[in-house]
Amino acid sequence: MRSAVVVFPASNCDRDAAVALEQLTGKKPHLVWHADSDLPAVDLIVLPGGFAYGDYLRCGAMAGQSKVMRTVKERADKGVAVLGICNGFQVLTETRMLPGVLMRNAALKFVCRPVGLTVVETQSAFTRKYNAGQRVVFPVAHGEGNYLADEETLDRLEGDGRVAFKYAPGENPNGSMRDIAGILNEQRNVLGLMPHPERVCDPLLGGTDGRALFHSLIEALS
Amino acid sequence: MKARVFVTLKNGVLDPQGKAIGHALNNLGFTAVGEVRQGKLIELELAETDAAKAKAELKEMCEKLLANTVIEKYEIELLA
Repeated sequence: MRSAVVVFPASNCDRDAAVALEQLTGKKPHLVWHADSDLPAVDLIVLPGGFAYGDYLRCGAMAGQSKVMRTVKERADKGVAVLGICNGFQVLTETRMLPGVLMRNAALKFVCRPVGLTVVETQSAFTRKYNAGQRVVFPVAHGEGNYLADEETLDRLEGDGRVAFKYAPGENPNGSMRDIAGILNEQRNVLGLMPHPERVCDPLLGGTDGRALFHSLIEALS
Repeated sequence: MKARVFVTLKNGVLDPQGKAIGHALNNLGFTAVGEVRQGKLIELELAETDAAKAKAELKEMCEKLLANTVIEKYEIELLA
């Protein structure tokens, strides 16, 4: 599986994503600067966590307008897998590649800790190696992860099996509606999630629950 | 021409920051303060001199970048 990680000014999980991808795929991912519109031919594009453009205006708003995102959108329309983690998820909602928005956490605090999640949907290239209902622990680190969408959109997401991850009962760290932690687009080739699977791919970092997400992609896309 | 764009949360969208500001004001002794909602004010300088054209352009700016219309609404004010 060939992959690329987009680097925005003030991305800070780009390297974490690159290390996880290299360890698990055996291939170095391309790191692509946001001002480049050229993106090498890859099977997976990762939009990493961080604070792209200092979160100016709204989280992900500036990054959503960057040159590289036009190419990312075109590739996604052609079926290339796109994984947006944390700030990357915010970028995906700002470009409307995923529905809804990520608002300021309900308690107004930046939350940085491991959180229990339930894998809700396994019928996707991102989650096929998990078991439905499986409990996993991924760290979260965000101030704006409070997922909000109108009731109709939420019903549609749940009805179509597009909610990939939910915060486990009682563990919702940010007030997200219906405990939503990660969602898929209609074509199921774009996943955005607030928790960080790339930070739990090595036992030295406290866990390996994130590996199955990358193994899923390797199996689906190689 | 100068313009001001006010970006605020749509009615019904929970505003945790507004709530926190309200609580802080209450704690300062402004006990008569009820609901507080906060937003953004963006001031722009435009080369355009035609008011109608400027307004149309500003509307496009709001839709494309200045506001996230999923949760925010905007008001445009032209200043001479």
